[in-house]
Amino acid sequence: MGNPPNLLAAIYGWLNERFGIDAAVAFGKKKVVPVHRESVWYYFGGVTLFLFIIQVFTGILLLLYYRPGADSSFESLQFILTQVEFGWLIRSVHSWSANLMVLAAFIHMFSNFFTQSYRRPRELTWITGMVLFLLALGFGFSGYLLPWNELAFFATKVGTDIVGAVPIVGKPMLIFLRGGEDVTGATLSRFFGFHVAVLPMVFTLLLGLHVLFVQVQGMSEPVSHQALGSDKKRTMPFFPNFVLRDVVLWLVVLNIVAILSVFFPWDLGEKADLFAPAPAGIKPEWYFLFMFQTLKFIPGHVLFLEGELLGILVFGLAGLLWILIPFLDRRGQKNQRNPVFQLMGWIIVAFIVVMTIVGFVL
Amino acid sequence: MDRSVNPDSDRNGRRKFLSLLLGGALIGWLGSLLYPLARYLIPPKIPEAKLTTLKVARVDEVVPNTALMFRYGRKPGILIRTQEGKFSAFSAVCTHLDCTVQFRSDWGIIWCACHNGRYDLTGRNIAGPPPRPLTPFDVNIKDGEVYVSEREG
Repeated sequence: MGNPPNLLAAIYGWLNERFGIDAAVAFGKKKVVPVHRESVWYYFGGVTLFLFIIQVFTGILLLLYYRPGADSSFESLQFILTQVEFGWLIRSVHSWSANLMVLAAFIHMFSNFFTQSYRRPRELTWITGMVLFLLALGFGFSGYLLPWNELAFFATKVGTDIVGAVPIVGKPMLIFLRGGEDVTGATLSRFFGFHVAVLPMVFTLLLGLHVLFVQVQGMSEPVSHQALGSDKKRTMPFFPNFVLRDVVLWLVVLNIVAILSVFFPWDLGEKADLFAPAPAGIKPEWYFLFMFQTLKFIPGHVLFLEGELLGILVFGLAGLLWILIPFLDRRGQKNQRNPVFQLMGWIIVAFIVVMTIVGFVL
Repeated sequence: MDRSVNPDSDRNGRRKFLSLLLGGALIGWLGSLLYPLARYLIPPKIPEAKLTTLKVARVDEVVPNTALMFRYGRKPGILIRTQEGKFSAFSAVCTHLDCTVQFRSDWGIIWCACHNGRYDLTGRNIAGPPPRPLTPFDVNIKDGEVYVSEREG
């Protein structure tokens, strides 16, 4: 009879013989993380990943009781919140973690922008990251509708109507998203399908690719650090040093999510009424607020364009340029800092922050 | 013609023909696969009884300087009674981004909460982002009942 350590060694040996795990372990042992002034930003990708894992976990739990449909969504949420033991907690964690995940993704994205991590050879890491970010927004937008409350109903009307204003493809896209001309129970069914099947599948595949790229290419270093001689560079082993720090931070994040969920449980609101006016003070989720607020400020007509179309075109173009940053930053490709891009980045951050605050206050 | 003179060109011709045949078949096969999928994604049109006139309320149900929401087919409508007691009705769909508008008795206007769009009581867009006036309904009063109907054209 073998004792446990021998049993583990035996299992390891059995697997190693078949799959060559030694190589992966050697890779993990060899991998290092650069240590420098900007190292703190390395943790935000991991935090985003951790929050995504929480989302998958709590999302599956919610699926045990949630019933999609115009006559059942809101009611099943009420059931989860009032009848199911700790249902309020699971639902609150799902909502809070979703918001923090978008926040962590924002920080991850901007820190990579400012440290120019997207520069050669990491262009595709940036692009997969950007697509993941858009998918995360898609998760947020589709998930927001699922409780079928008043706010969600109008947010979906506005959001899908914006899609509908895109020239040529807009109208068919709107019909496809809404499952008809208007936001109805058909929209809810579709959003449910996107939220729990389509998006998780695509997101997980891309996430695997994104993380694989990071493993293959190693951590990116800021321009100033890369220029140092190898004798001046400090590093730490990925395992166990960096991983343990990651885990400690994950525990902190889990505690933050728990505290927020317990002390600030998420509201359910009023059930959606298809024929009631939009309530005063209606706002989208905070991460759409800066765009929403900008749309409010654009007048009905600017020159020959409808204001909303102008807003869509500007935001669409800005988003496209943002995705293509690795190819636009010529200096970055030569491993040089790019003051113009840095300044632009700060203007964008300032714009988002100011518009978000204005959106909250007004 | 002697076939043995240039066997390669003959073979190439046959190869091209086969590629074309197989390629065409592949495209046809893909089409027959994707067409039903694409059609499936487009929701079927649900037939709707064509409304021409709708009885919304009794005249005495709507006091001056208030409004009443009603459903016109699948869309919301709004019936407004002004301070002077006159009736007007509009589609309540904001022309900006599809939100549902409301009557603000305190401001004496029609207001959309989503993006602070404003219309006067004739439905004209007067402030904020709406690009067009609200779609008006015709209002008729018969035997103390308010009827709305879609305006022709």
